[in-house]
Amino acid sequence: MQAFLDIFDIYLLEAVINGILLGGVLALLALGLNLIFGVIDVTWICYAELVMIGMYAMYFLVQYYGISYFIAAPLTILLVAILGALLHYLVIAPLLTAPPINQLLATGGVLFVLQSFATVAFGIDFRNLGIRLPVLAFGDMNFSYARLLSFLAALVGMVAVYLFMTRTFTGTAIRAISQDRQIMALMGVDTKRIYLITSAIGGGLAGLAACLLVLQYDVHPFVGLSFGPITFLICVLGGLGNFIGGFIAAFVFAEIISLGGLFSDLEWGYVLAFAFFIVMMFIRPAGLLARRR
Amino acid sequence: MLELRGVNAGYGTFQALFDLNLDVKAGEAVGVIGPNGAGKTTLMRVISGLIRPSRGSIAMEGADVVATPAHKIVSLGIAHVPENRRLFPQLTVDDNLKMGAFMKEARGHYAERQEVVFDLFPRLKERRHQMAGTMSGGEQQMCAIGRALMSNPKLLLLDEPSAGLAPVVVQQVFELMKRIRARGLTVLIVEQNVQQVLRVVDRAYLIEAGTIRASGTSAEMLASDTVKEAYLGV
Repeated sequence: MQAFLDIFDIYLLEAVINGILLGGVLALLALGLNLIFGVIDVTWICYAELVMIGMYAMYFLVQYYGISYFIAAPLTILLVAILGALLHYLVIAPLLTAPPINQLLATGGVLFVLQSFATVAFGIDFRNLGIRLPVLAFGDMNFSYARLLSFLAALVGMVAVYLFMTRTFTGTAIRAISQDRQIMALMGVDTKRIYLITSAIGGGLAGLAACLLVLQYDVHPFVGLSFGPITFLICVLGGLGNFIGGFIAAFVFAEIISLGGLFSDLEWGYVLAFAFFIVMMFIRPAGLLARRR
Repeated sequence: MLELRGVNAGYGTFQALFDLNLDVKAGEAVGVIGPNGAGKTTLMRVISGLIRPSRGSIAMEGADVVATPAHKIVSLGIAHVPENRRLFPQLTVDDNLKMGAFMKEARGHYAERQEVVFDLFPRLKERRHQMAGTMSGGEQQMCAIGRALMSNPKLLLLDEPSAGLAPVVVQQVFELMKRIRARGLTVLIVEQNVQQVLRVVDRAYLIEAGTIRASGTSAEMLASDTVKEAYLGV
């Protein structure tokens, strides 16, 4: 019995730590989506598909052109940032005053366009970087080096966004704009420009997530489905547009997935997480922390 | 400094201003009085570009305000303290002031402008890390005026600065008006509080139903029968 408990504790600790590592990347994804929703008041249904495009960019840059991972990563972030700005300019900006359902349908349309584009252009093969990072062992616990790296990079990305949002004039304007859109012109702020910058940052975060996820997952045209829905659930659970709520919800979800997976396999972790979400929607429909107004 | 000629403006199909002419000279304080719904706030909004005129011209020191994009008008030297203050309630006082200095020309002078504002409103310095929405009405009004001053404007537009404030705080706001004027700012102020505003301005316009009904120096306006009957309750 005692021996069983010892092993259980080690596995439990390993699962908790793996949950935290997973939570970092989920929090990064949630931050990008929340940023767009909080500032521009639209939901990018196609957010995970931007990540998918970014993963393909990484694959081609690294595998096809033989560029080093650390040079390919900033290029990918830049590319997806431009893609985010384009998405805003071409799809969202003309629909800014349209009913929310139209905006949802439009970004939903972009989701299918990107999936189909990837299918036609890249085929449905599963591709990977061919980089196999070692597994780190601490005593009896094993951690994936890729996860650890992703967690740290996600953390750095989030801190960078935090500093930008709090220290710069543009970042302050991004926070102000969601509180009072009409008077931004009195501050000398061009709201269109702020929306474009915000969209580029949202895209850039998707690009960073792509660089990290491609270390752990194969890329294929439908890879967005494996983390798109969960990102939305996290954002809704945290309260759409609430950055801190999204951050907390990401770790709550990651722990449920990781710890749930401990009792049987990982898929059950997801089932538990979704069940938890449904229950929470009855208890706290506005999110863990209701959106700050 | 500011010249409005034949300005029509409104919201959609509703016209609020009709063929309006108005002048503000450098160094003056000019009041705009009139009943609710007369178009006073619309007048302020059309000057700062929050709404655009359907006809007429607006010039600020010779520059065409109508042709200037709304977010560039503050760079012409016009700062607007809107009705109901319109602070960013979930930003700190510091961040609200920072927004006032957003335009490129003002960013370089951020620190010195902040000194000027804190000098004028020591209370804001005490509250600089507090969320603007949690302050009292009077403090919020100070913050709103401070935010406008961050852009180092030549012309300050004040829309109902005394609205919703306790009588003793209203007194402070009008006291403040004098101190702002002493710094050489030109002021255009909209007020319900006719008696008090006529004590701090040089001239005033009386607006009714979107047109200028009367204008003159403060003394003339105080003596005018139209103003007396309608607004001074004598």
